[in-house]
Amino acid sequence: MSIAITTQFICFTVLSLVVIIGALGVVLLESIVYSAFLLGGVFMSVAGLYLLLNASFVAAAQVLVYVGAVNVLIIFAIMLVNKKEDLKPINDIKSRRVISTSICLTLLSLLIRVDLTNVWSLSSPQNSIGEESTIRIGEHLFSDYLLPFEVASVLLLMAMIGAIVLARRDVMSKDISTGLPVDQELIEKSSEPLLTNKN
Amino acid sequence: MEYGLDLEYSFNEFLKGFGLSSEVAHIIWLPLPMLLVLVAAVVGVLVTVWLERKISAAAQQRIGPEYAGALGVLQPIADGLKLLVKEDIIPAKADGILFTAGPILVLVPVILSWLIVPFGQNLLISNVGIGIFLWIALSSIQPIGLLMSGYASNNKYSLLGGLRAAAQSISYEIPLALSVLAIVLMTNSLSTVDIVNQQSGAGILSWNIWRQPVGFIVFWICALAECERLPFDLPEAEEELVAGYQTEYAGMKFALFYLGSYINLILSALLVSILYLGGWGFPIPVELIAKFLNLPINAPFIQVFTASIGIVMTVLKAYLLVFIAILLRWTTPRVRIDQLLDLGWKFLLPISLANLLITAGLKLAFPQYFGG
Repeated sequence: MSIAITTQFICFTVLSLVVIIGALGVVLLESIVYSAFLLGGVFMSVAGLYLLLNASFVAAAQVLVYVGAVNVLIIFAIMLVNKKEDLKPINDIKSRRVISTSICLTLLSLLIRVDLTNVWSLSSPQNSIGEESTIRIGEHLFSDYLLPFEVASVLLLMAMIGAIVLARRDVMSKDISTGLPVDQELIEKSSEPLLTNKN
Repeated sequence: MEYGLDLEYSFNEFLKGFGLSSEVAHIIWLPLPMLLVLVAAVVGVLVTVWLERKISAAAQQRIGPEYAGALGVLQPIADGLKLLVKEDIIPAKADGILFTAGPILVLVPVILSWLIVPFGQNLLISNVGIGIFLWIALSSIQPIGLLMSGYASNNKYSLLGGLRAAAQSISYEIPLALSVLAIVLMTNSLSTVDIVNQQSGAGILSWNIWRQPVGFIVFWICALAECERLPFDLPEAEEELVAGYQTEYAGMKFALFYLGSYINLILSALLVSILYLGGWGFPIPVELIAKFLNLPINAPFIQVFTASIGIVMTVLKAYLLVFIAILLRWTTPRVRIDQLLDLGWKFLLPISLANLLITAGLKLAFPQYFGG
């Protein structure tokens, strides 16, 4: 075994272990903050796997989008609403656990079946495009994948408008949940002056 | 690619002369440039800290450090030694693991980004194809480290500082990436080496700063904001937040933050000089001088000479920008957090978008000047 292949094998093993253990940690840990940080670690290791597959542009995009944007926003949200509250115990926890375990096991067996039946080996493994991939991705995005690419932007716009509506209740005349007219004074400024009453 | 020194090739050939296989030679070669760049980064930090102290002193009509070595040049080393031997304190109610991992996560991406900084045609660790995009991706990891240390400190000022740092970093990354995109559009490549080569045609006249003046200013403002330099040092605004996310840190963990912020400053200065000021290029093209003096451009001593001029020019331009950053620190007042976010989202973002549109238009209209 040559040195390059050995290095690749060691990297692959380490990255896969980090992905699996990290993902288990995200699901099983009690502390939501730890889960969020571990999720960042999982995203980073997936980027490492992309690097091993010679897809450096996809790896960098993975880091930028998933770690730099998605994960940062998740952590941001957790820290802004970091309420310590005890969760209510659920009555039928056992039957719920049985159902979710069976669903997960069914999915796992389906994926194992996919892994075993599909032919994964490429016709020509030497024909890796490597650094060319940035150009190829651009060509595909603006030709055969143009419609999904544009529709994704509409999806993001919808999400953004939804966020603005939720965050800026004062732009609506009626409250969304209760239907009552919104007291706009309250949102814009404190209803009574804070300092004058204290004299 | 024929032009310039190729140290890696010569080193490997030298080792093969001793009967080593090319793979072993490559493995022996690999750590050398990494170590070299790490040492260069740390020495750069020491020089910058000294400059910062001296220039700040001059701006305030003080003398600044003067007893440690001539003109106080040993002062940063004394500072570093002090931080090294200080007691490492983890507050009792803090989260030990996250408290330790935070500073590491802040420092490591910054050092990794030095991978793509070229000091000459072949004088960089790796000419990766995604080049400048790697830096943008890596710099987006930093806010996680800041949030982590802000949360783990178990201190409201730290948490607020961490949140501010993350908000600031996310807001300024977008105009930063857009102004880099305009350069990439003109170069047709993400690689830093290609970006410099595209500017090397006519010396100082072909530098990107003349073709991208708006992009240059936007990039510089955003780079300062990403480094959390004053006017944008809100995450550690001492009047409001004690020291932000660094409040609870002492000893070597604090030194990691300190080191990270200065390495980031130098890195940003280097990248501005690569993207806009012609990188390692001399203001008058070296080929022209060689032709004028009737010297062969491929002769070994000329090549060594051009390589050393390249390194000197890159470092000189970077330190000129560091000097400007230090002067800015003492001339501009700190902005408020709402002014900071307004500047990022309502001013820099539209301007950089318009800059990108105009660059694309100019590229199609005048392909010979704006990269066909």
